[in-house]
Amino acid sequence: MRFIGRTMAAAVALAALSLGAQPAAAVDLTMYYPVAVGGPVTKIVDDMVARFEKENPDIKITAVYAGNYTDTMTKAMTAMKGGQPPQLSVLLSTDVFTLMDENAIVPMDDLVADKAWFKEFYPAFMANGQVGGKTWSIPFQRSTIVMYWNKDAFKEAGLDPEKAPANWDEMAAMAKKLVKKDASGNTVRWGVEIPTTGYAYWMLQALAIENGQKLMNEAGNEVYLTAPKTVGALGYWVDLSRKEKVMPTGSIDWATLRTDFVEGKTAMMWHTTGNLTAVKNSAKFNFGVAMLPARERRGSPTGGGSFYIFKSATPEQQKAAVKFIHWMTTPERAAEWSIETGYAAVSPAAYKTKAMEDYARGFPAATVARDQLEYAVPELSVHENGRIYKFLGDAVQAAVTGAQSPKDALAAAQQQADRVLRAYK
Amino acid sequence: MNGRTHPLEAIAAWLLALVWIAPLAYAFWSALHPAAYATSFSLSAPWTLENFVRAWNQAPFGRYYINTVVLVVLILIGQLILSTLAAYAFSRFKFKGSGAAFALVLLQLMIMPDVLIVENYRMIGKLGLLDTIPAIALPYLASAFAIFLLRQTFKSVPQELVDAARVEGAGPLQILRKVYVPLARPTYIAFALVSVSYHWNNFLWPLIVTNSVESRPLTVGLAVFGAPETGVDWSIITAATVMTMAPLLIAFLLFQRQFVQSFMRAGIR
Amino acid sequence: MTDRSATKPVVVRAPRSHAWWNAVNAWLLLLPAAVLLVAFTHYPILATVRHSLFVARRNGAEVFVGLDNYRAMAADPIFWKALVNNFWFALGTIPTSIALALLMAIWVNRNMRGRGFLRLAFFTPTVLPMIAVANIWLFFYTPDYGLLDQLRGLFGLAGWNWLGSPSTAMGCLIVMVIWKEAGFFMIFYLAALQQLSPDLEEAAAVEGAGRWYTFRRITFPLLMPTTLFVAINAVINSFKLVDHLVIMTKGGPNNASTLLLYYIYEVAFTFQDSAYAATLTVVLLVLLSTVALLKFGYLDRRIHYQ
Repeated sequence: MRFIGRTMAAAVALAALSLGAQPAAAVDLTMYYPVAVGGPVTKIVDDMVARFEKENPDIKITAVYAGNYTDTMTKAMTAMKGGQPPQLSVLLSTDVFTLMDENAIVPMDDLVADKAWFKEFYPAFMANGQVGGKTWSIPFQRSTIVMYWNKDAFKEAGLDPEKAPANWDEMAAMAKKLVKKDASGNTVRWGVEIPTTGYAYWMLQALAIENGQKLMNEAGNEVYLTAPKTVGALGYWVDLSRKEKVMPTGSIDWATLRTDFVEGKTAMMWHTTGNLTAVKNSAKFNFGVAMLPARERRGSPTGGGSFYIFKSATPEQQKAAVKFIHWMTTPERAAEWSIETGYAAVSPAAYKTKAMEDYARGFPAATVARDQLEYAVPELSVHENGRIYKFLGDAVQAAVTGAQSPKDALAAAQQQADRVLRAYK
Repeated sequence: MNGRTHPLEAIAAWLLALVWIAPLAYAFWSALHPAAYATSFSLSAPWTLENFVRAWNQAPFGRYYINTVVLVVLILIGQLILSTLAAYAFSRFKFKGSGAAFALVLLQLMIMPDVLIVENYRMIGKLGLLDTIPAIALPYLASAFAIFLLRQTFKSVPQELVDAARVEGAGPLQILRKVYVPLARPTYIAFALVSVSYHWNNFLWPLIVTNSVESRPLTVGLAVFGAPETGVDWSIITAATVMTMAPLLIAFLLFQRQFVQSFMRAGIR
Repeated sequence: MTDRSATKPVVVRAPRSHAWWNAVNAWLLLLPAAVLLVAFTHYPILATVRHSLFVARRNGAEVFVGLDNYRAMAADPIFWKALVNNFWFALGTIPTSIALALLMAIWVNRNMRGRGFLRLAFFTPTVLPMIAVANIWLFFYTPDYGLLDQLRGLFGLAGWNWLGSPSTAMGCLIVMVIWKEAGFFMIFYLAALQQLSPDLEEAAAVEGAGRWYTFRRITFPLLMPTTLFVAINAVINSFKLVDHLVIMTKGGPNNASTLLLYYIYEVAFTFQDSAYAATLTVVLLVLLSTVALLKFGYLDRRIHYQ
């Protein structure tokens, strides 16, 4: 019996240890946030959270790094459905429809006394979060796709290192000159790479809008994947690897692309501006950052994450959350965040802070994403966006790996998307 | 089996073994040398522990270790207690429905909690235990495998010993404690090694059920840590990988014979 | 007290009340394990089937839709791809790993130098977490600076996107899983080999039988129970093993490497569609039950264990 008793005691102790002790604080907030770019981002976030807590000792925030955007959304939804939702989170600005459908979030309008605050942000970034006349999210780590180019490689290939391609034809032509092969004919440097994993739908949307095609309607229940201009956009992407041979065939990985660029394996890359600081810190060559090339027009979807406040939070927690969001998005903090990561600062005022102006003077690449806002369009935002993104991603991968023609791949995606979106019409 | 081995055969066996150990050897190489030497195998490459230090600092591996140890121990204790009681019932008690009950128990050998993630997740949610270590453990505490093994072992306990204890006035539980449990020690050890190995390495269910650092075990921590979006520094990732597998690996190297015997014993039906 | 025989249970045939007390004791002993087993195995199985017949509307209400989910599943190309992938995955990993396991066991069992090292080398992958294995092999397969491509570079071949090409993704994963599993199966063969009487081999040698003949006609048939045991285990494992997909390919490219359990995970937790996930799980349960029936109902009756 004694043995059993001791075992039970040990088991109970273990169970208690494993359930963890909860520290008492005035207001406790849990926040899930994603990282989809390189660099010590979790450290930066932890640092900012710690500073906020110091200034506001009655609020405690547990910031949980939950993986990439998809993983973070999964975590937040899973936690919510399991009865332990977070109070706020940073999620894709395009998760808004899904979050609304799941009854997960509250509109900020009810929580914010001074609605003029909303107008301080770039409308392009606010757009995705404003549905049905209400504001559901506040932008935080926002971006557009930009084109990074290796100036040293340009010079080596006989191109003007200060001039990036301005349109699709130029990009294909320049990329051809930038391809470098070794003695046995293997390519050691590609001309341009556009990632096909991770957020392939985002890249496709950029190509589509440059071709003059919107991918979704405002209500978020229709997508236009089989439109000829969408097919044309995907066709151009596929041609880059199969016809022009300036891009590797097969899947191009979102994460390793940055490393490939920095190691000189590709002369140009399309990537989020959120990687800017990481590239700056690791590239051993001169590089430039430009807006994406145009076809009918310039364009890029906005991207990145915004703050959402969850319905399950108590009024007290919601107030604390608003305070935190306010703090994180003041012009000074927005500028600091932008400088440390490369994400676009979310308000014009942030670009006018001294820190930002000094930084941009020495490093003009820092403002390209902001400048591109003029041509930016809202990111692909639909109901059940996670699933739609997967259909699109599958279609892109099918096309670039040669498994299906762009037309067939997009037709399949359209069919599946229609089936899913039917319930929301 | 004991004839002289043809030299060619020995060479073939050795070659296979070398090929087989190569990936692991590579992991250690990459973890113990600076990033620049990750793919160049020069013998003069400097050894360093810096990758481990950086991995340790970048993610709370200390906490992950504690979580995993607590988890594995919790599961093992629960499994041992529950399965001992159940195996005792099956092996030494004749009661109506024991056949059907045992068949239902065996069902878990085929349909394990690992494939019932959707419903088990809902169950854990209803119990309000999401994101805790007990949540990871609960579906596994009743182990059909353990019950099966122990029942076999208990059945082979000589009746004389049981009778001797009864003559001394021992009740059923005391007989269990004094006679059956000590004699089943080898089975317990064998099962413990198999269980610890399995649950130390378990991934999908803990991934779903945990959200925060406080409950995350090593495997999930490693996956979150190595998430490619943040860029790939292979040396640091391999260092983290080595840290994740090190304890079991070291235990295995020290107790090779016991490990192998355990898995063998567990496999003999 | 009463008559004893070799296999008498603790409480012997006795007056009615004794038998009743007996049963109560037994069920009490079973209770903790039974509660947990029912809660986390039997109830979920039933709940999954029930769940698959409903659809959750966004406002939380559950609507009975009968076989609608199954119809949607039949029309879902990703489901069929996952199923086909599971089949190829099983076909690719199981026979090869069993054959290798048998070979390894025979070698380790022989009296050759360094068999301790052999055993270590073959068995070590078993004690590694799949996630760690995936990380290591992910590096091997990385295009251009991964080890495989570096090897190809040595021969002047261009790099190849192993995991990013639909034609090679599955194959690469199969190789990795064989590496992980073969050692585990080796152990079972080792145990069986050690239980074989050496007289058989001696008798065969006396009769002038060659080694291959002995193996084919004597050893291998005697190992049949082990082979079947290992095969069944391998089949079950092939349904369960999806950890590597989470960090290597996430099922891609274009679902070339997705497996049923991984798709279930995606549908349930990434897309939050638990009704459809339940439907998919039912298919998985049916497959596993078929294997179980095959084993318990048919094979176990035909093979005699010692």
